Amino acid sequence: MRALALHLGLLAGLLALHFVLPAYHHGNLARVMVLASYGVGYNLLFGYAGLLSLGHALFFAAGMYGAGLMVQHGGLGAAGAFVVGVVVAAGVAAALALLALRTVGVGFMIVTLMFAQAGYLAILHFSEITGGDEGFVLPQAGRMLGSVDLSTPDARYLAALALFSVCLLVSLALVRAPFGRVLVAIRENEERVRMLGYDTQATKWVAMVLSGAISGAAGAGYAILFGYVGASFAEAQYSILPLLWVLLGGAGTVLGPFIGALFMFYLIDLASGVTSAHMLIAGVALVVLTLFAPQGIMGEVRRRLWRGLP
Amino acid sequence: MTGASSWAGWSSCRNEPFLHDRGAALMEFGPHLTLALIEGAVTAAVLALTASGLSLVFGVMRVVNIAHGAFFMLGAVLAWWIAQAIGGHPAWGFGAALIAAPLMVGALAAAADAAVLRRLAHDPERTIVATIGLLYIIEQVTLMTYGPEARPVVAPFNARIALPWIERGAEGWQVIWPWGFGTTTYKLAVIGAAMAMVAGLWLFLARTRAGLVLRATQADREMATAFGIPVAKVYALTFGLGAGLAALAAVLIVPIRQAHYLMGGDPLLLSFVVVIIGGLGSLPGTLLAAVLIGLSDGIISVFFSPTLAKIVATLMVALVLVFRPQGLFGSRPA
Repeated sequence: MRALALHLGLLAGLLALHFVLPAYHHGNLARVMVLASYGVGYNLLFGYAGLLSLGHALFFAAGMYGAGLMVQHGGLGAAGAFVVGVVVAAGVAAALALLALRTVGVGFMIVTLMFAQAGYLAILHFSEITGGDEGFVLPQAGRMLGSVDLSTPDARYLAALALFSVCLLVSLALVRAPFGRVLVAIRENEERVRMLGYDTQATKWVAMVLSGAISGAAGAGYAILFGYVGASFAEAQYSILPLLWVLLGGAGTVLGPFIGALFMFYLIDLASGVTSAHMLIAGVALVVLTLFAPQGIMGEVRRRLWRGLP
Repeated sequence: MTGASSWAGWSSCRNEPFLHDRGAALMEFGPHLTLALIEGAVTAAVLALTASGLSLVFGVMRVVNIAHGAFFMLGAVLAWWIAQAIGGHPAWGFGAALIAAPLMVGALAAAADAAVLRRLAHDPERTIVATIGLLYIIEQVTLMTYGPEARPVVAPFNARIALPWIERGAEGWQVIWPWGFGTTTYKLAVIGAAMAMVAGLWLFLARTRAGLVLRATQADREMATAFGIPVAKVYALTFGLGAGLAALAAVLIVPIRQAHYLMGGDPLLLSFVVVIIGGLGSLPGTLLAAVLIGLSDGIISVFFSPTLAKIVATLMVALVLVFRPQGLFGSRPA
């Protein structure tokens, strides 16, 4: 009950901020919420199932390009394009999971990294369709939800909040359900879970498909709300960022991805005012986090304040 | 939030297919293929050095070093810095860089191992995340100090060698000298030097006491500790040696390809391909795979597109890991 209140409270707070934030931070927070949705998807696999993927940009980009290309070449509106994006990302995740889950540990990390890189290179290679390095700007028709124009700041913020709310609540429900408990058990000791009679491979496959679908939803949402589809979102960097957010916010906590994305977004935003080498912050954060705070912010909260934090 | 990164730029920081503009229209298939093979042999030689560093670190420490390409890049950038600081005849600057740059990079890597990786107890998954962090730190600090420009180091010698070709013309078989068909003495020297260095590495591992200690640690870390081998020191030296090999390869290649802060992406990717296909931690497998991958990368890049070559390479790594984790030539699973 307390857990539900906490998460609904956060969403209510974000809704309240819509009316008070100045334009600059209003726009930033909309972006952070979409990115945090991506983090939520990543966290499901990494934080709960304990599978460290280095290739989630593939799913984010699958959602983004699935939606974007449907608008560009298929003439769909925002709603249809979004659904296509999510389905494409889930499909890609389902296929990749079949292969990648045959490996464990370091093997899994490298296999996901390599497939994501192949996906990125494929986007560059088929530049007649995808626009290659430059990407493309989404036509206005693809940013209309019925008669609502999602490219206006107000509609964009509320749509981002809706997307984030759904992702957050779905993730909360999943990890509190028996399914989520099995995932945590697999993370802690897969052998034992298998001995108890669970089909761990199937469970991990479902987790990866859900994770991919949520990441794809974030990608599709990003394309529609911010109106741009580009190969840079398929780069390895976009696989590392969700890992960074989740590590910073706290792996295996429902709120962690949002906290991490918010902190990191503003850190990098501040740093880019000082230097063009703003990814230095990300590098330092990765090293410092793995060394000194592998639990992340919400992980510390759970350890010190509230042991039952989901 | 889009900052550049070398492994993100696996496709962009690569030279264009080097023949498409010059000789392609003028040259027949045979000379064209020969050029691709020479170019591939240069890639293979440098790759063998870089990949044996990665393979050594993985074999002994069980650490996947994502920052390996960054150490490669650092070697090239330091080579430029040393060469322009010394001045005079290019050979002096290059010679000094060939010795000093790998030592500096190696020392830095050994320090990074002691400061970061050792504190993680060399846990495989956490060290990967930490080396990703190291990659960004090295790359971005280079961007802040060295800048975004690509700068060349002048080769110590670089005479052009034109190559003959035999062709059947109107008067039967004859020797011709196709325009643009040739190579340089420096490229041949790179191939030779890399072969000598790999041989040196093999002698070090197989014939010296230090190499024996290294192999003992690789075979069984706990038993090595029990026999009084200072494993922590061995790890730091191995990490330094691995990074030093990457830097050495970079110094060799920097007169041909310029020093740039994103140049580490391709060597990282190709080393991964080589190490995984050759079988993790096996030096002979690594060398065999380096030749195979270097040559085929040269050929696919010349006749098709560099992007396609990299798509094939990345998929190959992934599929080998999934279906044959011990590598094509290895016998031990990763």
